Amino acid sequence: MTTWRRSGRWFAVLAATVVLAAACGGDDTEGAGDTTATECDSLDEVRLQLQWVAQSQFAGYFAALDEGMYEDECLDVTILEGAVDIVPQQVLATGGAEFALAWVPKALVSCQAGADIVNIAQVFERSGTLMVSFADSGITSVEDFAGRNVGNWGFGNEFELTAAIAEAGLTDSVTLVAQDFTMNALLNGEIDVAEAMTYNEYAQVLEAVNPDTGELYQPEELNVVDFNDVGTAMLQDAVWAEAAWLADNEDIAERFLRASFRGWVFCRDNFDACVEHVLNNGSTLGESHQRWQLNEINALIWPATNGIGVMNVPLWDQTVDVATSQIPDLAGVDIGPDAYRTDLAEAATAALEEEGLDVTGEGWERIDVELVEGGA
Amino acid sequence: MATTPRPSTQRLWPRRGSLGGVAAVVGTLVILVVLWEGYKVLGKAAGGLVPFTEMRLRPPPDDRSMPHVWDIVSAMFEPARRRGEPLFTVLGSAALFTLREAFAGFVVGGLGGFGLGVWFVRSRLAERALLPYVVASQTVPILAIAPMVVIWGGRAGLPQWTAVAIIAAYLTFYPVTINTLRGLRSPAATATELMRSYAATDRQRLWKLQVPAALPYIFTALKISAAASVVGAIVGELPTGASDGLGRALLSYSQQFTAAPERLYATVVFCGLAGITFVAAVSLLERRLVNPGARQRIEAEAPGLMVAGAQA
Repeated sequence: MTTWRRSGRWFAVLAATVVLAAACGGDDTEGAGDTTATECDSLDEVRLQLQWVAQSQFAGYFAALDEGMYEDECLDVTILEGAVDIVPQQVLATGGAEFALAWVPKALVSCQAGADIVNIAQVFERSGTLMVSFADSGITSVEDFAGRNVGNWGFGNEFELTAAIAEAGLTDSVTLVAQDFTMNALLNGEIDVAEAMTYNEYAQVLEAVNPDTGELYQPEELNVVDFNDVGTAMLQDAVWAEAAWLADNEDIAERFLRASFRGWVFCRDNFDACVEHVLNNGSTLGESHQRWQLNEINALIWPATNGIGVMNVPLWDQTVDVATSQIPDLAGVDIGPDAYRTDLAEAATAALEEEGLDVTGEGWERIDVELVEGGA
Repeated sequence: MATTPRPSTQRLWPRRGSLGGVAAVVGTLVILVVLWEGYKVLGKAAGGLVPFTEMRLRPPPDDRSMPHVWDIVSAMFEPARRRGEPLFTVLGSAALFTLREAFAGFVVGGLGGFGLGVWFVRSRLAERALLPYVVASQTVPILAIAPMVVIWGGRAGLPQWTAVAIIAAYLTFYPVTINTLRGLRSPAATATELMRSYAATDRQRLWKLQVPAALPYIFTALKISAAASVVGAIVGELPTGASDGLGRALLSYSQQFTAAPERLYATVVFCGLAGITFVAAVSLLERRLVNPGARQRIEAEAPGLMVAGAQA
């Protein structure tokens, strides 16, 4: 592949298209069929690979498991927690799991590298990535990044930022700085703007004590630039499955999505009980932080334009545009619409709607979460 | 220990268990605390910069990067989760979880390492053919191997902790192999000749002469391995998505570092305590099994070996 790509752009496009068509394809025209199981002869064993250790980011799946929603769909689900060096879509491609959660751009890179995987449910409709700065710095938009030290995590987490900077024509005037896993560089004034997820790092700042006031940092002291508003946001957590496996197991996939969506609806409507499920799956998690996180995760899902998990196509197109313009491995690659399919998620949401569940959550609103020091 | 009426032991370990020994350990701790807090005070006085330069001090001397020792200690007695257990019980049970994995790896690695050593001493060919690979195995970073072990283990349907134990075993067997090899070759030629003159079989020679002679060497290796197996278990937990253990705690608390750095430092302290506990247990066993004279000899021969474990 590499040598082909070097030998010419045309070849690269052709080769990539062939690979993608083969890798990310799969017949998505077939319907999943109406196989609503009423009672189980046996349970189908499937594994879900998460991107990280248990936290509210994955609350819906833990809720579905602990509330018996998977069992009701005749599934025996094992949730595999993520960790350092675990790349969920690779676990998927090597047969270590039947379902995996992954950010769309990262999964597209894996697709391009030959992974035979398909996006079957776009659970998060919005990006959770922010650029955070102190209010007194006066940074309120990407244009204000000019001449500033801007932190980013690298490792494929920086492309929303680089796209925004390129769009603003600031590529030469912004200093990009590698940011570690903490927000200390921002708090110490070493960088002016820091990358942060709404549901993790941003909360960490609000859980830290401001040495000047002796109290926790307040949201009013911070400015955020939200990539959803900038227009370079890329789709994040989605459920992926291997195309070849999926061809024979659409029924299992649809049942898995039904139960998982039920779990997310549960977490929207039963906030406290859902947080308990998360806390029961990790002894080191702080309660207020997980409450904050679930609230923010809910905001990434709800309202769900086409019903939870069903792809919002303009946002997919935006993701692909940013990905192919920013990610070197995807440069010039033509990513076809067969990298995702909506039929399974549509069938799942339709079934839930028939039961009377609200799958779009139009009236959803954030609750007030009080953070405490250290996120305890 | 001090109550055992064994004069030779007293002579060999003059300080161990005595008031002087305790004072030495406490004194070191005090010095470390003073260095830590002193760096913070002086660093802050210098404005967080290396004196006479514009370079920032690394690590920064502020409370966010280097919390006060007393804050770290008090964090251990506070719950890391509202209405939850205090941090030290969370970390204590994580340490037990990790020690169990480490112990399983230690046993497997120890026996495997001993077996390899015996094989090598009996077969020059095996030693020549395999020893380079044994050495090479230790230069491959554990971080490269760990994900593979995890994936293979997962496919073979093994429970998660076994992958961690395998990684711990991988770090354990090498010192045991090398020291067993050396120990089994340590008996004096005269002793070996004596065994021959009695028409002792190879097996008799191994168990009656070579193994007893090798025990001090083996225990030296086991002390290194005990510490290494704890490191292996912690590192092994990082890519396994282990549900418990010190590795998992390190991951979680490093994520909370901005808001609560004390928790990560407390976890590091517990990692150290887990290693010390394990090595101390092996030392106790050694005192029961190895005669003091032999131990003294190996200490004199290779003084560095006894402390090497601390760097593993």
